[in-house]
Amino acid sequence: MSDLTKLTAAELAATIASGDVSAVEVAQAHLDRIAAVDERVHAFLHVDTEGALAAARDVDARRANGEELGPLAGVPVAVKDVLATKGVPTTAASKILQGWRPPYDATIVERLRAAGTVMLGKTNMDEFAMGSSTEYSAYGPTNNPWDLGRIPGGSGGGSAAAIAAYEAPLAIGTDTGGSIRQPGAVTGTVGAKPTYGGTSRYGLIAFSSSLDTPGPCARTVHDAALLHSVIAGHDPRDSTSIPQPVPDVVAAARLGATGDLTGVRIGLVTEFNGEGAEPGVMAAYRDSIEALTKLGAEVVEISCPHFQYALPAYYLIAPSECSSNLARFDGVRFGLRTGDDGKHSLEEVMSLTREAGFGPEVKRRIILGTYALSSGYYDAYYGQAQKVRTLITRDFTTAFEQVDVLVSPTTPFVAFPFGSRTGDPYQMYLADLFTIPTNLYGGPAISVPCGLSEGLPVGLQIMAPTMADDRMYRVAAALESTVGVLTPPAL
Amino acid sequence: MAAISREEVAHLARLSRLAVTEQELDTFAGQLDVILQSVARVGEVAAADIPPTSHSVPLTNVFRDDVVVPGLSQEAALSGAPDAEDGRFRVPRILDEEA
Repeated sequence: MSDLTKLTAAELAATIASGDVSAVEVAQAHLDRIAAVDERVHAFLHVDTEGALAAARDVDARRANGEELGPLAGVPVAVKDVLATKGVPTTAASKILQGWRPPYDATIVERLRAAGTVMLGKTNMDEFAMGSSTEYSAYGPTNNPWDLGRIPGGSGGGSAAAIAAYEAPLAIGTDTGGSIRQPGAVTGTVGAKPTYGGTSRYGLIAFSSSLDTPGPCARTVHDAALLHSVIAGHDPRDSTSIPQPVPDVVAAARLGATGDLTGVRIGLVTEFNGEGAEPGVMAAYRDSIEALTKLGAEVVEISCPHFQYALPAYYLIAPSECSSNLARFDGVRFGLRTGDDGKHSLEEVMSLTREAGFGPEVKRRIILGTYALSSGYYDAYYGQAQKVRTLITRDFTTAFEQVDVLVSPTTPFVAFPFGSRTGDPYQMYLADLFTIPTNLYGGPAISVPCGLSEGLPVGLQIMAPTMADDRMYRVAAALESTVGVLTPPAL
Repeated sequence: MAAISREEVAHLARLSRLAVTEQELDTFAGQLDVILQSVARVGEVAAADIPPTSHSVPLTNVFRDDVVVPGLSQEAALSGAPDAEDGRFRVPRILDEEA
């Protein structure tokens, strides 16, 4: 493995800026690493070798011309395949979009290009971001670099695994119910869900529009903050984008890295007392609380009585929104069309196309969402779930009147073996038990490695108030300063 | 009694424009029943006086000046379509010859 692939994004940027190494050399080192290990990891669905090298050459040329470039210029980044990339295949890991090359870039991708980052390719995921293990990709699962027989988390398992396997220093994920944080936790990497509306959804293939949030994946908190600051900010093309300045998350990460949390009040969610969680996960969680206390933080217990209803509310709201959002995949404007042989009606062609193009988890959620929204059940299910969302938001508001951040384990269990939960969808849904409340509330949250259990990574989740993303970066960086960065076994 | 029957799943699939196999009907009916029984807990706490929240960000209409800006070309808009004809999306016939 090239030494360049071991560097953090911040180190790579500094090395490129100093002229010691070119952006092309950095891109090539990562492309070589992908060629060497991705057959075993399968983090990527598409590697854009030519595009990456062209972008790197452009950075080198601009630097040679004396142009002042951004803090991540020349640094490679991998992008979850749910974001539209102009001319580069974008499938959301679904057969229904196989071969689709979008005619435009998502805003996040535009910003990555403008910042001079080098897009290596598109990462694997659960189909349409529906899943907690990346086992529901139509193109086969991603393997966890810590143990290739285990899941890398989901739905952004490809992005997290690419980071953990040193195939990319940075990646973009999207988080609807934990899809950045949960893969971050089980691969020993950092994953941050920004405030909903803090990052643009324009060009993101929608799953659950009121919850979907793009965000950064990295190996260090500082790197995640650097990427966060590049992609965040108001976008007039997204009506849910918040027209406010982005907090200085990079400065917050630097402050946290000093290891001083004096004056910071941290709340432990009483209801996340370990029920349903593995003992090893809870042990690592308790150790990290002790570490935060030693750094000067004041730790108190905070009751959030309605968090226990977040999972059921989410599994009504998200499928309801997905059943509506995925109606656009009907074989008319995108990708696959099946049964157009002159013998079937338009409606039959749509049904056959969707049958052939969607996988089992997507179908299950479309049907569940159609049920929850149907006449006679709407009030009992969808309407009630939206009320629970109000109650959870009130829990957060009350909590943040007393503490700066809330913490919990990110996941109830470490990476599990493939196939061990696919037979029982509700057991799979439990993987997102701790991450979902913050999606319903809309606030930011981050997962940072906090130790090992049975030799596998455990993550600590830090949740902050809406538009106070900087707070979570400070606490995460402080923990990282004591726990350190986890290193997976050599591949 | 099951909360969701095999026949209901078939009906919902039709509403969703989703052809499903006989085997999928059996599988989904069982799984959706378990999921629905679990998620029905939302009814335990949400009283009538609690307002629903559809979105964590207040939604407002976004207006802009009516200025012509570049959009996708016709060719680009059709580039991902499974079939196109005369610059339009081509879809299977929806009317009979006699209609």
